[in-house]
Amino acid sequence: MERAHDYFEHDADIGIIGRGKTVEASFENAARAMFAIQCDIDSIRPLEQVEVNFEEDEVELALVRWLNALLAASRERGLAPCDFGLERSGECWRGWARGERWREAVTRGTEVKGATLTMLSVSQGPAGWEARCVVDV
Amino acid sequence: MDITQLRQIDATSWALPRREGELRAEVRLFADAGLLAAMDDKVLGQIANVARLPGLVGAAMTMPDAHWGYGFPIGGVAAFDPDRGGIISAGGVGFDISCGIRCLRTDLAAEDVRARAKDIADRLFASIPAGVGEEGSIKLSPGQLDRVLSGGAQWAVSKGYGVEEDLEYIEERGRMPGAVTASVSELAKKRQRGEMGTLGSGNHYLEVQTVERIYDEAAARAFGIEAGQVVVSIHCGSRGLGHQVGTDYLVSLAKAAKRIGLELPERELACAPINSPEGQEYLGAMNAAINVALANRQIIAELARRVLGHFFPDARIETLYDVSHNTCKAEWHQVAGRRRLLYVHRKGATRAFGPGHPGLPDRYRSVGQPVIIGGSMGTGSYVLAGTRESENRAFSSASHGAGRAMSRNQALRHWRGREIIDELAARGILIRTNSMRGAAEEAPGAYKDVDAVAEATERAGLARRVALLAPRICVKG
Repeated sequence: MERAHDYFEHDADIGIIGRGKTVEASFENAARAMFAIQCDIDSIRPLEQVEVNFEEDEVELALVRWLNALLAASRERGLAPCDFGLERSGECWRGWARGERWREAVTRGTEVKGATLTMLSVSQGPAGWEARCVVDV
Repeated sequence: MDITQLRQIDATSWALPRREGELRAEVRLFADAGLLAAMDDKVLGQIANVARLPGLVGAAMTMPDAHWGYGFPIGGVAAFDPDRGGIISAGGVGFDISCGIRCLRTDLAAEDVRARAKDIADRLFASIPAGVGEEGSIKLSPGQLDRVLSGGAQWAVSKGYGVEEDLEYIEERGRMPGAVTASVSELAKKRQRGEMGTLGSGNHYLEVQTVERIYDEAAARAFGIEAGQVVVSIHCGSRGLGHQVGTDYLVSLAKAAKRIGLELPERELACAPINSPEGQEYLGAMNAAINVALANRQIIAELARRVLGHFFPDARIETLYDVSHNTCKAEWHQVAGRRRLLYVHRKGATRAFGPGHPGLPDRYRSVGQPVIIGGSMGTGSYVLAGTRESENRAFSSASHGAGRAMSRNQALRHWRGREIIDELAARGILIRTNSMRGAAEEAPGAYKDVDAVAEATERAGLARRVALLAPRICVKG
């Protein structure tokens, strides 16, 4: 069985994959894949929440916006997130991330600078949706 | 990479022949056969796509350390003419805008540092914030940050981080003109307020090194280095602000390209004409991010200077040079006998002005610009000097690092961080890091042979080797 969040090879950076029954669920799992590079998401407690809202009509660009908005919000708030939610209404996307303050114990050491348009795809297969792109580390 | 698809021009220059009906400019790859064969085929695909962009002047090029990136390949160089529809690309600069290397020379000898290496390593690690989520002690108000965005390293010196003489040895004298603070989003500014004077993570580092070998005595004299001498190299960039500028404009330029009707071979090349409002807006924001990187390295250089000053109060510690290797800069170049103002993208490539260039400080004008090729934490780094030949070959550009030979996931499967750190300690190289995972990802074996990269850079006429630097202490993010 394929993992809900996974990775693919890239020379200098890291390819991330999120899978789910819906586009939104695949985006949530892509966020897990991205933040699991930076921190041990299983040991983070969902104590604080940040909200992330944006407008985007192209679903692939929405993935990049979602990931980059989460990165920015987590850095701005000093939050290591572990849990994610996303809803879509037309071009409007409303999401949140829950986690706790960055602390050394949860840090895995690699910083993601941003999600890129490289190998960017959001596609539907028999098992559901798959969202992928390369993140710059 | 299958090199049989390339046409060899000489030992270190190769061209990609056009297929019938293929509309693109020339592609030129600088590397020896061994380095090329080890490169991913995707490098070729990415640079061929760059060669399809409008307004490209000459060839789209890769340096000997090229590897698969996003947008442009890392190690990619391309120059565009704004008056011929030339573009500026966020994917051609990267997220870590103006990432680069500051090299400090000292009057300390290897044995001075060897005796106190552990204490020096610990104090550097305690004094210079490194790693994910780490903030610095400098907290800036919005007004102060705007002054960093427009003032760069000159702002840092004015605040007591370093001395006026440092500025002479930084590209653009430490301050990139053309910064437009209004083009930088509030979010980008917020992300930077606590990140001045931080190293970051990944392949960023601060290394105390010793000069192991001199290749070019005259250039080494001009650069003020000799065998056995201690130098300090700092590799980092524009931190959160640069990352946010990159992310802000990657999507907006991708949309602008579509709106303007630019036909891009790949969306990842997200770009706009230089002479368009969108292109100018990105340029202003990118220039501001360059200033953040210059200020950041200036602050870290001063922090390192203070640490060494604690152990060696009489030590002289001067800036050898500061190079940026993720930029797009407007420069004058000779093309077919005519002087033209071009916007040169160097993504994972170093500017390498040759002898006599007016942009060089007097001290280096006879030998060329210092070029710094950063190696892995277990191998070594090189100081080179720009050549006149590089102007004709690659718009005065050269390699920037060893370049990865293995992905980060592959590296994690091969090595454990603790093993790497212990192994290097046994060789006399002290590593300080918060991240065992990061140490494994950055294992020396995950990188190409930096000696081969430096040699190919020299043989290709891009820059000539001056000195080899060996790591002694490495603070990793």
